[in-house]
Amino acid sequence: MAVSSTQVSVHVKINGQEITKECEVRTLLAYFLREQLGLTGVHVGCDTTSCGACTVLLDGKTAIKSCTVFAPQVDGHELLTVEGLGEADHLHPIQQAFWDCHALQCGYCTPGMELAVLALLQRNPNPTDEEIRFGLSGNLCRCTGYKNIVKAVHQAAEIMNHPSTSQSVTL
Amino acid sequence: MFPAPFEYVSAHSLDEALEVLESRAGEAKVLAGGQSLIPMMRFRLAQPQVLVDINPIKLLEDLHEQDDALHIGALARHATLEFSPLIQQRYPLIADVSRVVADPTVRNLGTLVGSLCHADPAGDFGSAALAAGAEVIITSSRQHRSLPVDAFFLDTFSTALEEDEIVTEVRWPKPKPRSAGAYLKIERKVGDFAIVGTAVQMALDEGGRIAEAGIGLCAVGPISLRAKQAERLLVGQSPSAELFQEVARQAARESDPTSDTRGSKEYKQDMVRVLTLRALQRAYQRIQAA
Repeated sequence: MAVSSTQVSVHVKINGQEITKECEVRTLLAYFLREQLGLTGVHVGCDTTSCGACTVLLDGKTAIKSCTVFAPQVDGHELLTVEGLGEADHLHPIQQAFWDCHALQCGYCTPGMELAVLALLQRNPNPTDEEIRFGLSGNLCRCTGYKNIVKAVHQAAEIMNHPSTSQSVTL
Repeated sequence: MFPAPFEYVSAHSLDEALEVLESRAGEAKVLAGGQSLIPMMRFRLAQPQVLVDINPIKLLEDLHEQDDALHIGALARHATLEFSPLIQQRYPLIADVSRVVADPTVRNLGTLVGSLCHADPAGDFGSAALAAGAEVIITSSRQHRSLPVDAFFLDTFSTALEEDEIVTEVRWPKPKPRSAGAYLKIERKVGDFAIVGTAVQMALDEGGRIAEAGIGLCAVGPISLRAKQAERLLVGQSPSAELFQEVARQAARESDPTSDTRGSKEYKQDMVRVLTLRALQRAYQRIQAA
């Protein structure tokens, strides 16, 4: 008989680091990441599976809304949050492209948006404008009007497809 | 918004899941993609005492054709369907729906089977499953059974599933010669519930007459609806613009929407007409193009 419980130990590899942490089973992943692990780059916007601000990458490829997953569901899995995407002095090409193209204003949607972009580019390394807009339709931005985000995705794709020739712009 | 406390079981086999469902009948709920259930739990519209997570049961991710059907396992995600070459080539109706369910991120976890079990009349796959004549495969520790999807939907958020049962897969009829389908919906924005959706599946005989037709309607009644009389108008006839217009008007008459923030009853009924007409045209164009 399977064991049921209200408290569990969650073992998960986050941004390359193995972590084991106890939590209540009803803890939503977004809150587990923010409040128990201090990964506050995971933003909670609508908290109702609509806005995508809480998007993280599951097992290196699948974008998921962490407000709509329970923490114990990721036991034994790998996660990537914006904290693991790049560093201040060494931005990920997606982050650099967002910077260069002014693809953010308030920045609230940015971490989730960037992880959704990563998943999109992994699946489709050369997306068209339409494919970008369709692929990111689960992530809402209220500042940019999306135009510069689309531009940034093209730049990121360019850099990621030709990493040796096009170096990112210096800070 | 946290759900009420519950016990969590990570089931690693179907037997394990069924055992919990049997011993805790009425208290347990199955967690597949969770993209409807978890929001329901957060709003406390659902308060299961036990959550049986079936995600570790890899067998349920199944998606393959066998005998006369496409087998869609309980863990086949919308995104898996959306990007499957098999679906894109052979199942245009499923391909249409899987591109417009919720949003791309939700589709990474949400499942077709879960969508049917949730039985929201605004769920896109309900109407498509009706149009296609899909079958729901149900199992428990007591018995195995199957139901046509028509008999599966009982009421809003209510299905024929017993408390100790689980839907392991949906069997979607393999495409017949000279057949195709299409799904169209109107939504205010990506991720919102459908204002109206219509699904059409049809097959022609060798002489070009309509041999079989299915029309399912989304978000215009207490459950996903089948437009039976509209279907009957199609069978035996040769496709024509006039026929499709008449069928679309009939489908609108069979819809039963309510006025709400997404539109008036009259508006929605007229959109049933418009979308049914376009879905019929699109399905027919696809048959001709093949």
